[in-house]
Amino acid sequence: MKRMSCVALLFVVTCILLSSVCTGANQIVIGVNAELTGGIPVVGRSCKNAAEMAVEEVNKAGGLEVAGTKYTIRLIVEDNEDRPESSAAVAQKLISQNQVLAIIGANASRNAIPPSQICEDAKTPMISPWSTNVKTTQGKKYVFRACMIDDFQGLVCARFAKDHLKAEKAAVLYDVASEYNKGIAEEFKKSFEALGGKVVSFESYTTGDQDFSSQLTRIVRASPKVLFLPNYYSEVPLQIQQARRLGFTGDFLGSDGWGSPEIIKLGGSDMEGQFFSTHYAPDIATPTAQKFIKAYEERYKELPDDVAALTFDSFGMLFQAIKAAGKIDRASLRDALAQITKYEGVTGTMRFEGTGDPVKSAVIIQIKDGKFTYFASVGP
Amino acid sequence: MIIILMQQMLNGLQLGSVYALIALGYTMVYGILRLINFAHGDIFMISCYFGFFAAIAFLSNAIPTWLTFIATMMVSMLLTALVAVLIERVAYKPLRLAPRVSAVITALGIGLFLENFTLATLGPTPRGMPALLPNVNYRLGALSLSSVQILIIIISIVLMILLDRVVQKTMTGMAMRAVSYDKATASVMGVPVDRIISTTFAIGSAVAGAGGVLYSLAYPIINPYMGVRIGWWAFIAAVIGGIGNVRGAMLGAYILAFVEVFTPMVLPSSTYRDFVAFTVLLIVLVVRPTGLMGRVTAQKV
Repeated sequence: MKRMSCVALLFVVTCILLSSVCTGANQIVIGVNAELTGGIPVVGRSCKNAAEMAVEEVNKAGGLEVAGTKYTIRLIVEDNEDRPESSAAVAQKLISQNQVLAIIGANASRNAIPPSQICEDAKTPMISPWSTNVKTTQGKKYVFRACMIDDFQGLVCARFAKDHLKAEKAAVLYDVASEYNKGIAEEFKKSFEALGGKVVSFESYTTGDQDFSSQLTRIVRASPKVLFLPNYYSEVPLQIQQARRLGFTGDFLGSDGWGSPEIIKLGGSDMEGQFFSTHYAPDIATPTAQKFIKAYEERYKELPDDVAALTFDSFGMLFQAIKAAGKIDRASLRDALAQITKYEGVTGTMRFEGTGDPVKSAVIIQIKDGKFTYFASVGP
Repeated sequence: MIIILMQQMLNGLQLGSVYALIALGYTMVYGILRLINFAHGDIFMISCYFGFFAAIAFLSNAIPTWLTFIATMMVSMLLTALVAVLIERVAYKPLRLAPRVSAVITALGIGLFLENFTLATLGPTPRGMPALLPNVNYRLGALSLSSVQILIIIISIVLMILLDRVVQKTMTGMAMRAVSYDKATASVMGVPVDRIISTTFAIGSAVAGAGGVLYSLAYPIINPYMGVRIGWWAFIAAVIGGIGNVRGAMLGAYILAFVEVFTPMVLPSSTYRDFVAFTVLLIVLVVRPTGLMGRVTAQKV
């Protein structure tokens, strides 16, 4: 028995030694917490792709120069299975086991909120590329994001519905079990009513549902001009199809959860002409964005979606902050991130003003001829 | 209000028909083996993928639409039945004399295996089922119904009547009922028990296969996890109707579908739906422990 525990102890010591060797002197370890499997796998894939690209760019150039020393970046990508509890576990593992300097991800708000608290408690900087729900960064010092927040997006959508689609009556169908969908739905309702419109039907469903006929029947009976669907790309085509089947003739409007080209593949002609708000539009890109889009397309043979662009920007901000901090520790990195006054990213220019939410603009995209087409830009 | 009620009835009928086709598989296997085949929801998911690949293969050839639809349905039913028989032979047959719990746990394991196997081989990306039939919307006054909806309801009901006839009138059906009453005695009387059990698995899964194709026509996005929720609901439907009873499963499925459709109408949020459904289940089990149409037996699981 004694010998057994001796062997076990030896094993543990070796492991610790080995892992400290692995993290090496001139290396920075960064974790990625992504939805590689589960309900929205395209999101995880884009995040991983962009992360690998961003890190490779830096490593190819010889690494990141911090206070005169070059550091190579080591990336650890973990799958959170699109489950909030796994996402929290992934964050815990990255922080305590892999000793990462910072974590990029998770992307969907339902997966980003639980680890945000863990990162805050462990004083580890976290940047969520795509989580727009207010709660992700609210009251936290160490948590940042690269995207706009739901309050802003809800307002943008409400204004667009009222001013551009000329809607007096709107309806909402949203996933009540998912923070992102719920937050944006409520914000839309508040803003639309503040603008003088009327939300005639406010219906919900639960993640994983495929039949929405009951809710949609009620929505159609209330005859709204616009149906707002702040839901993910994998469900929206079903909702649009069923709404049309039940006799809905008005317009559909969505949020950045629509932003994957998969939505056109799944929804086909039903998606034509519909609008949604999101983070960037590939076709009006700035030189920074064009360079990124070209490199991404060459590498992965597809157009980068908003998650890819935002992940790339998260890494961009991270690298800029590490350089600015001048030393490799979590607390100085956090301060440097909070002090970013100007970052020129793929998704536009952004800065932080005392919170973890960047100040940046949103765009409205229309689906035209089976492609995402830039329609309008809305400033912060 | 009447219009909304009627529209919701139609929605419920469509959903209930699909649930019924899946619930039948649960109830038949339970009836004959006293095994709750928890892999059944995932077998349904597999059948949707079979339907998807068959549809793509057939659509690339110039075959008339209705023929494509029938061929897709046949291929999906056949392949699903084959998979189910294979599972029965490999995973359940060696456990026939083992404690019942072992078989149930194996069934759960098979379900997880199917899910993760699909995830590993086909990837997590949801697939869009191509439209096999032109979807025409009909309007009856303020009522709206589609050709796919009508088709689902009709095909499901025809399949259910057919199945009911098979169980009640044919020799195979009689043998099934005999095995379900008493396996040992049936075997003594010359009923080929193993073959009848395989046949039951094949029929139950073929019906789920038909359900899979019909379901993916109405809800044309399929993913490796889709079987989980539908499987549970079909299982509850089977229990409400009296698990082991074919007609009970159909009744239970429609009851559950109406609960699903009418709950969000009355209560403020769709989250109450599962709560109401399980309350119905509990009430039924308290009042009639063997389900609405279940037969009273001394032996229970």
